[in-house]
This record gives sequence, C-alpha cells and structure tokens, in this order.
Amino acid sequence: MKKSGILMTVGSLLLLGLFIFPLWNIQLGAPQYPDPLGMNIYIFGIEGEEEFDIQNIDGVNKYIGMKKIPKPEEMWEFEVFPLVIGGMAALGVLVGILGFFGILGPNWFLAWFILMSILGLLGMYDFNNWLLDYGTDLDPNAVIKLTDEEGNPLNYKPPLWGTDQILNFEAKSYPRTGAYLLFLGMFLTLIAFFTGRRVEKS
Amino acid sequence: MKHIFKFAALGVLGLFMQSCGNNTESSKQGSGGLMAASAAEKVYVAPGEHDEYYGFFSGGFSGQLSVYGLPSGRMLKVIPVFSQDAEKGYGYNEETKAMLNTSYGFVPWGDLHHLDISQTNGELDGRWIFTHENNTPRVARIDLTTFETVEILEIPNSAGNHSFAITENTEYLVAGTRFSIPSPQKDMTIDEMKGNFKGPMTFVKVDQETGGMEIAFQVIMPGFSFDLAHPGRAASHGWMFATTYNSEEANTLLEVNASQNDKDYIVAVNWKKIEEYVNNGGGEMMPAEYAHNVFDHHKHSATSTMKEGIMTVNPTDVPGAIYFLPTPKSPHGCDVDPTGEYIVGSGKLAAQVTVHSFSKMLKAIEEENFIGEVYGMPVLNYDAVLAGIVEEPGLGPLHTEFDGKGNAYTTFFISSEVVKWRLSDFEILDRKPTYYSVGHLMIPGGNSQKPFGEYLVAMNKITKDRYLPTGPEMNHSAQLYDISGEKMELLLDFPTIGEPHYAAGIPADIVKQNSKKIFRLDENEHKYAVKNESETRVERDGNEVHVYMSMVRSHFAPDNIEGIKVGDKVYFHVTNLEQDFDVPHGFAMIGANTAELLVMPGGTKTLLWEPKKEGVWPLYCTDFCSALHQEMQGYVRVSPANSNVELKWSLDGES
Repeated sequence: MKKSGILMTVGSLLLLGLFIFPLWNIQLGAPQYPDPLGMNIYIFGIEGEEEFDIQNIDGVNKYIGMKKIPKPEEMWEFEVFPLVIGGMAALGVLVGILGFFGILGPNWFLAWFILMSILGLLGMYDFNNWLLDYGTDLDPNAVIKLTDEEGNPLNYKPPLWGTDQILNFEAKSYPRTGAYLLFLGMFLTLIAFFTGRRVEKS
Repeated sequence: MKHIFKFAALGVLGLFMQSCGNNTESSKQGSGGLMAASAAEKVYVAPGEHDEYYGFFSGGFSGQLSVYGLPSGRMLKVIPVFSQDAEKGYGYNEETKAMLNTSYGFVPWGDLHHLDISQTNGELDGRWIFTHENNTPRVARIDLTTFETVEILEIPNSAGNHSFAITENTEYLVAGTRFSIPSPQKDMTIDEMKGNFKGPMTFVKVDQETGGMEIAFQVIMPGFSFDLAHPGRAASHGWMFATTYNSEEANTLLEVNASQNDKDYIVAVNWKKIEEYVNNGGGEMMPAEYAHNVFDHHKHSATSTMKEGIMTVNPTDVPGAIYFLPTPKSPHGCDVDPTGEYIVGSGKLAAQVTVHSFSKMLKAIEEENFIGEVYGMPVLNYDAVLAGIVEEPGLGPLHTEFDGKGNAYTTFFISSEVVKWRLSDFEILDRKPTYYSVGHLMIPGGNSQKPFGEYLVAMNKITKDRYLPTGPEMNHSAQLYDISGEKMELLLDFPTIGEPHYAAGIPADIVKQNSKKIFRLDENEHKYAVKNESETRVERDGNEVHVYMSMVRSHFAPDNIEGIKVGDKVYFHVTNLEQDFDVPHGFAMIGANTAELLVMPGGTKTLLWEPKKEGVWPLYCTDFCSALHQEMQGYVRVSPANSNVELKWSLDGES
C-alpha cells in the first residue's frame, strides 16, 4: 500500500498546479490579428495572454453585442472553484497518507477519483453553459446583427474543446498546463487504486 | 523561319550555359532572362516575410528620413525630422511644433544630409539614429523603439552644418561648418573673408544611457569648408577626420576659385586631447543662442529650451591636437576602414583615390615631418602619410565604404560607377555602372568595425529614364548590388524620397524586437490626456476652450459640443484609448488652419481650431480604424461671439 499511497498523494497534489497554471485557453485569430488575441482561464479568473488581450477581445466583441469577459468577482465560479480544487487536493492527500499507513483501502482512492470526475464534469458543464450564454445572450443594440438561414440570431459560442470559425475569427479552445496536470493527477490516483488493489489481493 | 527558331534556341541554350557557370562571373551577363530571374530571387521577400536589413535613407531636401527594407527595397516608413509633415501632423500639432523651434524662430523645413546609427565598441547597437541638418545647423536623434524624432539640438556659430559623424562608442557627434562665417557673427564686408571667417567644428556629447545630446565644445577652425567626417576606430579611436575644400578661402564663384589648390586637406582632430583640455578648464565661453528641443514619450509632447553660451577652443591653444593631411583635389569623402588604419580621401575632381595611413600619420607627427603650417597648425608631409593610391579608378570619387573582408567600394559621380578595390594593395577588383551619377553608397555596418558585407546600395543623383516618367521632377534612384561574391551584381532599382545623401543599414534582428507596438495609456502623462471616457470634458478659460476628448473604435467622446463662439481658440486634446497594435485614429476639423492629428494607441495629440464662422461644423476620424470608421464623427456648434449659449457636451445624448 505504500506505493499506491504515494501515487494517490502525488496525484492529488498535482491538482494544485491549477493555482499556478491556466486550466483552459481560448485563442481568437483573424486576418487582422495574425498574433491571435488569447485568454487564459484559471480557476480564479480570466486573464489575457498578452496584457491588453481581454480589453481588445471586449472591444472586438462589442460589435456583435457580446458581454464583456467577466472579472473574477462577477462569477461565483471563481470563488468556488479554488475551494473545490483546494478541498479535493487536501482530501486526496489525506486519503493518500492514510492509505500509505494502511488505514484506508484503495476503494477510497477510487471513491475520490469518481467524486473528482463528477465535479470535473460538472465544471465542464458549467463552463460550457457560460460559453453558450456568452455566445448567445447578445445586446439587442449590437451594430452587427447576423442571422442564420432560418432567421435565428447567429450563435457566437466558442467551442468547449476544439477549433471553430466565428465570423472572421478562428476560435481555438484547448486545455492548458493546469488541466494537463489535473488529468495526470487524476490518472495517477486511478493507478493508485489499481496498484493498491493488486497489493491487497496478493 | 526554321533558322530563326534555331538561332533562338541557341540563344536560350547559350544563356543557360552561361548561367550554369557564372556563379562568380554572374554580373557580366547583363539583363538576360535567367539572370534577371536569379537577381529577382535574391531580392524577393515573400508576402508576409520580413527583410533581412533595415535601411535608413536621408531625405536630403525633404528634411525627412525614410526607412526601407533590404534587399526588397520596400519603403516601410517616412520619419519626419527637420520638416513639417502634414500626414502625421509633425510640426503642426501643439505637441511637436516645439521640435522645429530654433534661434531663428519656427523653421518648417530642413535639409537632412547624413545619418549614423549609434555604436558600442565600434559595432552597431541599433539604439538611435543621429542625423543633421545643413541649412539651419541642427543635429537630431531618432529613437529606434518608436522610430520617431525625439531630440533636435541647434548648433550655434555655424552655417552649412555638413561634416557629421559619431564616435565608435557614441561618445560624441561632430558637426562641422561647410559655409565659413564670421565667428562670432558680425556685420563685415565679404571681401575680407580670408583669414577672418571661421569654420567651427562642434563636438556634441551623447549621454550613454538616454542618448540625450549637449554641446561639449566648439573648435574654432580656419574658414575652410568642412565637408565630410568620420571617426577613427579601433587603433585610431580618439581621432576625428574631416575633409576640407575651399582651403583657398574664396568667397565668390567657388566652382572655379575653390578648385585652384592642387591639394586641400583632411584634418585630423585628436578630440580626446581637446576633451581633456576642456575638462581641465581650457577654452573660453562665447555668447551664443541655440534651441534644444526634446520630445518626451510619456508626456507625448516636445519642449523647446533656449540655451545660451558655448565653450569654444582656439585650436592653437591645444598643441598636438590638430594636423592637416594634404589630399588632392577638393576631397569629399573621408572614410575610415574597419581597422582604423586607412583614411580614404576622395578628391572629387581627381582621377585617383588617396589613402592615408593612420600609423604613418602618427610616425610623421612623432618625427615632426611637416611641410608647413595652416594658421599655426602643422601640415604633414603628403608622402610621409600616404598609404597608397588607387590608380585610374574612375572620375570624381565621392564616398567609400567597406565590406569587412578587406575590400573597399568607392562611388564615382562623374563616371557613374561603383568600384571595388582591395585595401592591402589598392588594386581594382571590379567596377559596375550606376544609374546615374552615384553620390553616396551604403553597406550595412559599412561605417563601423563590423560591416555586414552582403549588400551595397548606391544612391544616385540623376534618375532620367529609370522608371516610368512622372514629368520633369522624379524621385531619385537607388541600386542594390550583391557584394557577397568576388564581383558585384546589380540586383534591384528602387526610387527613394528627396535626395538621399547618405544611408545607414543594420541587420533587422538588432532592431526589430525593440520596436514598440503601442504607447501605454497608464504611462501617458500628457497634461490634457484622458484615461477613459468618464474623464472627457470641455473647459472654458476666457476665450480658450480645452476639449478633453477620447477616441476608441468607433466614436469620439464627446461627439457633440455646444457653446463654442466665433473667436475662441479651441484646443482639441485627443487621446486614443486603444491598447491594440496598429489601431491609430485620426482627427480633422473643418476650418482648422493646420494639419490633421494622427494619434497612436495610448497617445494624446492636440489640434488648435479657431472657428471663424457661426454654424454647426463636423469633425471626423481620418484614419480607417474599423468597420464603423465612417460613422466616427461628431459636431461642434459655433455661436456668435457675444452669444450666451451654454457650454455643453455629450455622447449618445448624455451630458
């Protein structure tokens, strides 16, 4: 159980990378933006890739009536996410240490993994909702109002994961270092479960 | 018919064979199709790609400096320096008028001759470009992070400010006098010029951190015409060399009377010795008045300060500081090779190029090998200082630069060609025609210890038939040559603005990463700047009205103003709130007797409007800033001088 306990602890600690590195990144490139405008999404807020990118994204989005990129205090997520991640990391470390000393079994590791996966999926769902709102709840006085073939207002929602063309902008939405550390950490906790179980069986 | 075909096929075959074996002899092929293709490839910079070099070209009588990409010959920018530029509002708007202030008042035009890129340890450092003006003696500094003129310093007690160079650590600029004058100026008969006029040579000290300039001292040289100057480098660092013509001191019909002496001089000035003399309390303060204009990138404004008095040095008071090297036939170019050993004098009426040796000069000085004196200063024995002569190089040599591989390249105005010769034995290696009558030439870094001997640009004085005709007046013509091989190869013709007297080139990699994209709004300290729309307002002070206005895609704030009266002086202080690369906004007001404003992101500029007629008058953005640029406009209501219309302003109906 020692090895799996260490894996569990290390895996949980990797979550803390989200306090340093961005979780996600959305880049907006266009003919007149050969250096794409970019935003880094952290669990505690959204920052421009370059200093003035957020301001410039807001400036461009104004034409189609999109809301401004929210400041940390304007979204409850940026208060709750750090608590959830911090809490889960602490919980994971605790479970890992107790596992290391044989006090808790590997099923606890799996339980942690499942809980984290559910929370992660909820987070993604919430993120997608925000993107949907951002891309569809438009100012009725926007200077550019475009409709699709059926006469519905165009949807400017950036993709949750992937690349999409939005008018003249190519939006690229991909995970960044924080997310990769999260994935790696969760993967390690899963390994911790399997190694722990093997040790238990033998 | 068949025969013609055969001949044509042979012709093509011939060209093909030539082009296969011509890597070193390529330039002999002329303008054959395949050759042209290979030259085209060498200057082709694919769409979206960048040039290897920046080329900075003096504008001569345009008073401006232009920036080209090399080898493509694409013009990138014109930087206004000594002349007003209505396009950018330079010298028109309230912030930059002070840049063109002089002791003669506001001077809207200048004649920009030579330029030099700042150096550290004899190598280009790409921080600033220094340049000078001939008509109203001035020197200027251009900042290579903004590519804007940031400082202009008037040179008093001089006329025809011509011989100009910077030392190899950018310690000093030298500014010589081409048109000798009474010193100090006074009312006297012109006939008595000889012996009474002077040719002051001014040394301007440069602050190593900021680039700021101040006059250190002025050496009151004899009244010759000081033409071109170059600093000693490496071994000869600490000396400044300058050509003189009219050592006859003629005051009329100079084309004849200044061309009588078989030899004029290159003067060698040991500036370190004079610097020491002045630092030890030598020299004498002389009354003088001159303007010092500085542009502050935080205040986005220039200030002009009138200064008084300069330190002058009588050259005979500093023995051993100045020597004259006899040089044939009214020399123009005075060029020092990268090692600092050879001083190349180009007697512009001569059929030879004279090369002096710095080490021989030191020896001659030590041995006091003098043949006479000029106003109390020794003239060295020509034979004792001569390193060698380039025999029969062409007619009318003007200017020489170096490739760093032991070769020199000299322009010949009269025979219209560039000649490559070897410094070690003065043998001619190659010659190529120029189109037409080349003045100066430029090799990037060719005026430093470390030339980049890949390209050479010849700047020609005569254009004639090189381009599509544009009436009697045409832009001047430049030619780009590949000098990487044994023989020079003509690659490209391109037109230049004004009359380039000189140019300086530098690898783009040294400069481009320092180029600013925007001015930071949070660092804008302009007195009338606004940081956001909520700060915009209109204030009246007597008949002066100050409009604190902002611009952002795609509106002005405020955009409706009432309460302006005929006879008011309305200052529109317009701040561009953008912080995005390449989103300038312009500003124009109907009836303004000045140029538009062109305001870069984060900057503030001011337009003065003195409304003369009642009515409602529009203002608008002049630079296509966005999809809604056409909508970027506003109105000002002008009421009679005695009206009581209340001052009010609004954006979107909100006051």
